[in-house]
Amino acid sequence: MSTLTAPTSRGPAAGDRRQPPTNRSRSGGQWMRRIPIQLLVAAGALAMIYPVLWMASSSLKPDSEIFSGSANLLPETFRWENYAEGWNGLREPFETFYLNSFIISALAVAGNLLTCSMAAYAFARLRFRMRALWFAVMLGTIMLPYHATLIPQYTLFYELGWVNSFLPLTVPKFLATDAFFIFLFVQFIRGIPKELDQAAQIDGAGPLRIYTTIIFPLLRPALVTGAIFTTIWTYNDFFSQLIYISDTALYTVPLALRMFLDTTGESAWGPMLAMSTLSLLPLVVMFVLFQRQIVEGISTTGLKG
Amino acid sequence: MSSLTEERRRMPAPALRQPSPPHSHRRRALAPYLFLSPWLIGLLVFVMGPMAASLYLSMTDYNFLQDPNFIGVDNFVRMFTSDPRYLSSVVVTATYVLVSVPLQLVFALALAMLLDRAIAGIAIYRAVFYLPSLIGTSVAVAVLWRTVFGSDGLVNAALGAIGIDTTHSWVGNPDTALMTIIALNVWTFGSPMIIFLAGLRQIPRSYYEAAEVDGAGHVRRFLSITIPLLTPIVFFNFILQTIYAFQAFVPAYIVSNGQGGPADSTLFYTLYLYQQGFANFDMGYASAMAWVLLVVIAAITGINFLLSRYWVFYADGDR
Repeated sequence: MSTLTAPTSRGPAAGDRRQPPTNRSRSGGQWMRRIPIQLLVAAGALAMIYPVLWMASSSLKPDSEIFSGSANLLPETFRWENYAEGWNGLREPFETFYLNSFIISALAVAGNLLTCSMAAYAFARLRFRMRALWFAVMLGTIMLPYHATLIPQYTLFYELGWVNSFLPLTVPKFLATDAFFIFLFVQFIRGIPKELDQAAQIDGAGPLRIYTTIIFPLLRPALVTGAIFTTIWTYNDFFSQLIYISDTALYTVPLALRMFLDTTGESAWGPMLAMSTLSLLPLVVMFVLFQRQIVEGISTTGLKG
Repeated sequence: MSSLTEERRRMPAPALRQPSPPHSHRRRALAPYLFLSPWLIGLLVFVMGPMAASLYLSMTDYNFLQDPNFIGVDNFVRMFTSDPRYLSSVVVTATYVLVSVPLQLVFALALAMLLDRAIAGIAIYRAVFYLPSLIGTSVAVAVLWRTVFGSDGLVNAALGAIGIDTTHSWVGNPDTALMTIIALNVWTFGSPMIIFLAGLRQIPRSYYEAAEVDGAGHVRRFLSITIPLLTPIVFFNFILQTIYAFQAFVPAYIVSNGQGGPADSTLFYTLYLYQQGFANFDMGYASAMAWVLLVVIAAITGINFLLSRYWVFYADGDR
């Protein structure tokens, strides 16, 4: 199962061992030869990002202009009302949906960081019977398609009376079901010098104190990565929110967008695109703030962005 | 760290310490299970239990309202003999995986190699190319896709600009709807690209310099150095993206209003599973579909691991 780690990683500190970017341009002539490549890449980048830019600009256009066949990025008339209309276009205003999304994300982050780091500490540092077997089981659950557990889980949550609440989306996170993060944290803890534990042990510290005073604080970089990816995944998660939440007051941002599409449909593209643009904003802000952690998280573990 | 040193200061000197009482040994032995307990409970209640239950349900006619009746392998027989929509969902999903994953990886590798050529502004390009991966599974982007590939969307506007006037609705036509969703997956090549970039950075420069001295050209260096040394990463990306692709849901759901249309052309496996389970409440059948998906993904992953012996090259020779 070691192949689960991206082959680019050589342990948790792989990020620290990045080679400094080598300056391979040896002469001006080489630089000149690279101009076509530069142009090609720049054109490619523009084409990649163009739909998103188009969406952002169309969110400010009147409907008639959006589909006038013009691919212009600059609106001829700015229609800021799209945002106000979109924000209040459903039975609840969008602040409800953002709040719901953020509550679920925050709880998921808290649950993942706490319980996955606890399990990771046990796997990385403590001795217990059949540790290798349990570890293999844990790795095996990482790639499990969620459909395999979907129907019984739904029935279970239904029997518990949890359907149409945030509980099915958050309680499992407090039981370390996102095993991926256990794996991430185990890798990181293995890179923390064992001498620190041993010194504390000599001083009479038990596992609980070692975990709270040494491992958890030193795990911080990995915890940050875990928090970022938990937030992105939870915020983007549509499927489980779709099946578990039916009350509009409990809707998250993706569910609200879906409802917007269903109710106003083809009649209010401006407000629809305005809310779509806004819904991407938290992700873009996270990316701008945590670009280094995100890039490192992906290149060392293959985390799905 | 500061808390550790404080902790130490408060501790009595080792010589003065009493030998630990026997009960602390028992506490030590219990400690691992204490730390593991949330995960163990979660494993039992949310993973192992439901997996076993769904295996059982797959052999029943469970419909959520009544108690399940055991019907043996009827669900599985039905899938492959009397459910044309199921078979078409298999074809749609297989096409999606087989076309979009290789294309996505080709783009990822090509762009990684271009960016690795110490291009100016690599950080900005990396960010721009990665952004679609970050937002690609969101509802907003699926909505955008519907608009862009609609009859008067951006794609037709671009075609009009180069002289091809058309009002073809790419998402509305059964022949092209799946293609738009494949394009969406290819568009999110940024995350494998980042993994490729990290891999390229680890290939020692000296290999290329030595090959250059020996007179190897660009193509030769690419085929004899880059590709072999990159095979573990190609393999890793391929396994991951294949597993993800099999489970694609959001774009198909949004682009087709949850119906998989037009004419079932975007009826992805997961979408059909959702319809059977949560629209028709045919949950026994949905469980059977889920288990087939699980077995297929596991088998494909297993086969890929076996095949990897013949083409994946590990430089350190430890596998």
